[in-house]
Amino acid sequence: MDSSLATRPAEIPPTQSPPRPDGGRPRSGVTWHLSDRIGLALCWALGLLFCAIAVAIVAYLLVQGIKYLRPSMLVTPASAGFSQSETGGFSDAFFGTLIVAVMGISIALPIGIGVAVWLVEYGRPTALARVTESTIEAIAGIPSIVLALFGTVIFSSTTLGFLSRTSEGIVFGRSFFAASAMLSLVALPLVVASTREGLSAIPQHVREASYAVGKTKIATTRRILLPASRPQVATGAMLGLGRIIGDTAIIVVLLGATQNFAPVGGAFPLNYLRGAGTTLTNFVYEASPTGNLDQPQKAYAAAFVLLLMVLALNAAVDIVHRRARKAGTWSS
Amino acid sequence: MEFVTPPPIRRLELNETQVARQIAPPTQPANGHGAPAPSGFTGARRSIGAPQFSIRRMEVDNLSVSYAKREAVKSVSLPIRQGEVLAMIGPSGCGKTTLLRSLNRLTELTRTATFSGRILLDDVDTSLIEPTLLRRRVTMVFQQPNPFPMSVFDNIAYVLREQGSRRQRKKTLEPQVHSALERAGLFEEVKDNLDHPALRLSGGQQQRLCIARALAAEPEVLLLDEPCSALDPQSTQVIEDLIVKLRDDVAVVIVTHNLQQAYRIADHVAFMYLGEMVEYSSATALFGSPREKRTQEYVSGAFG
Repeated sequence: MDSSLATRPAEIPPTQSPPRPDGGRPRSGVTWHLSDRIGLALCWALGLLFCAIAVAIVAYLLVQGIKYLRPSMLVTPASAGFSQSETGGFSDAFFGTLIVAVMGISIALPIGIGVAVWLVEYGRPTALARVTESTIEAIAGIPSIVLALFGTVIFSSTTLGFLSRTSEGIVFGRSFFAASAMLSLVALPLVVASTREGLSAIPQHVREASYAVGKTKIATTRRILLPASRPQVATGAMLGLGRIIGDTAIIVVLLGATQNFAPVGGAFPLNYLRGAGTTLTNFVYEASPTGNLDQPQKAYAAAFVLLLMVLALNAAVDIVHRRARKAGTWSS
Repeated sequence: MEFVTPPPIRRLELNETQVARQIAPPTQPANGHGAPAPSGFTGARRSIGAPQFSIRRMEVDNLSVSYAKREAVKSVSLPIRQGEVLAMIGPSGCGKTTLLRSLNRLTELTRTATFSGRILLDDVDTSLIEPTLLRRRVTMVFQQPNPFPMSVFDNIAYVLREQGSRRQRKKTLEPQVHSALERAGLFEEVKDNLDHPALRLSGGQQQRLCIARALAAEPEVLLLDEPCSALDPQSTQVIEDLIVKLRDDVAVVIVTHNLQQAYRIADHVAFMYLGEMVEYSSATALFGSPREKRTQEYVSGAFG
């Protein structure tokens, strides 16, 4: 090693940077081709355009929302009436959104994590794993209205009659159970994809380090791999939640889209969950000028609440990621 | 399935009757004074000198490992002794890491791997030992520092907590965690920050944490797969000193690309080439007067 240093050509002092091929002129955008510069300008313009659109939506809803939203709307149910002041608020829609979000994600999250762990950590038999992958992708591609239609077939069957209103042997098939189950399918592919991404990002030697101190695959997955992919799991859950609270088709078809809770007989939470209801997205649709209620001011107020929910989800993902960054990761 | 508590791992008490063989001090002074050091390898071998004793813990007997059709290790036989450091050297892809990973049956995780021959741990065939138990007796440190994404304390506690049983309280594990960190020479540096995330430590500290983790299982054999290749020279020296210190408590096997490192810390060296073990002898002999021509060429830098 020492000898190679000694034979270094003497004419280049070690502190001097190597000569530039283009005679010393620093490289910058000025030397770019015209087409490249146009391309770059287009990228800039498009980027700015998207920012402007996003800012416009948020700002407009913010202004309208603050103008029309009254806290009382979140606790007053909608009611029939002839003027804006008589029709109440949208509390049933607000709580309906919370209910389908919680129920949908609590079905999608465990199943999604389970599927992702199986795909990444086990994946045997290979053929079954590949079929599962394609199935998940297929579900991700199915429009939610098709899922909703399929849901009516399932939840109108007499075997699942206990999940919704039944009268004289006819199963109504519309309930929070039915809607949440189908909405969980909307969130599932996002949870699976995110969790897989998180698990695949963990270097193989970290798994082996756990095996090498006598831990089983299950212990390793539970104590090391899943905690390590927590940020990605959280991202998947938040994206899934966003899709659930943003969906309208399944609500209309499988939740009944009544403007109020329509509880069925039974013990307390079950009577509401087995009954029909509505969510904010459906309320926004109904309250918009095309809908039955046609009271745009309340549509803006409800849309503003929806927007706040989505922004809160984004902030939550951000916090999880920031905390994970603070804890560090492996060099590779 | 019922959980069976594993039997306590046997720690070897060191007394005179059990010492299999007293190694005579090397005729050639190890510190570089007196007789000249082997060609190309100059300077002190190490400060603490030749091993005081050596006990055979593992025995590789005619082991061959193949991945699909390719034979990675070809009928290697090798003793592994407590009280000394065994280094495995050789060019990339020569099978030394495969051999090392066979010792705690990590190679089995590769689906295409097939084996023949035996590996004995204290005269018991390792293929008869349950893998998780074997891997607590033969622990391993990897090339990249890979602490688990949790606190320094939990990294060690994770090893101590038995699967299936209830999670022990932090207080009850504290003495064991501290002693493992002490054995790895890390305790003084981290004692105030035991609840800090382990991945925030420096590279050298992370690697010593990994050694502490491997030692926490109270193993009989410690495997090190190029433990210093991702570290700076200063951390490397700290870890080398540590490895030499550990050899009395556990049998140490280290795979290294760094010949100088093998020369500095190993008592015995195995040179592998294309899956075969070309030469196995004491470090001074292998670097000073290799029997085989290929060894001679490799240690003198002709290839590799």
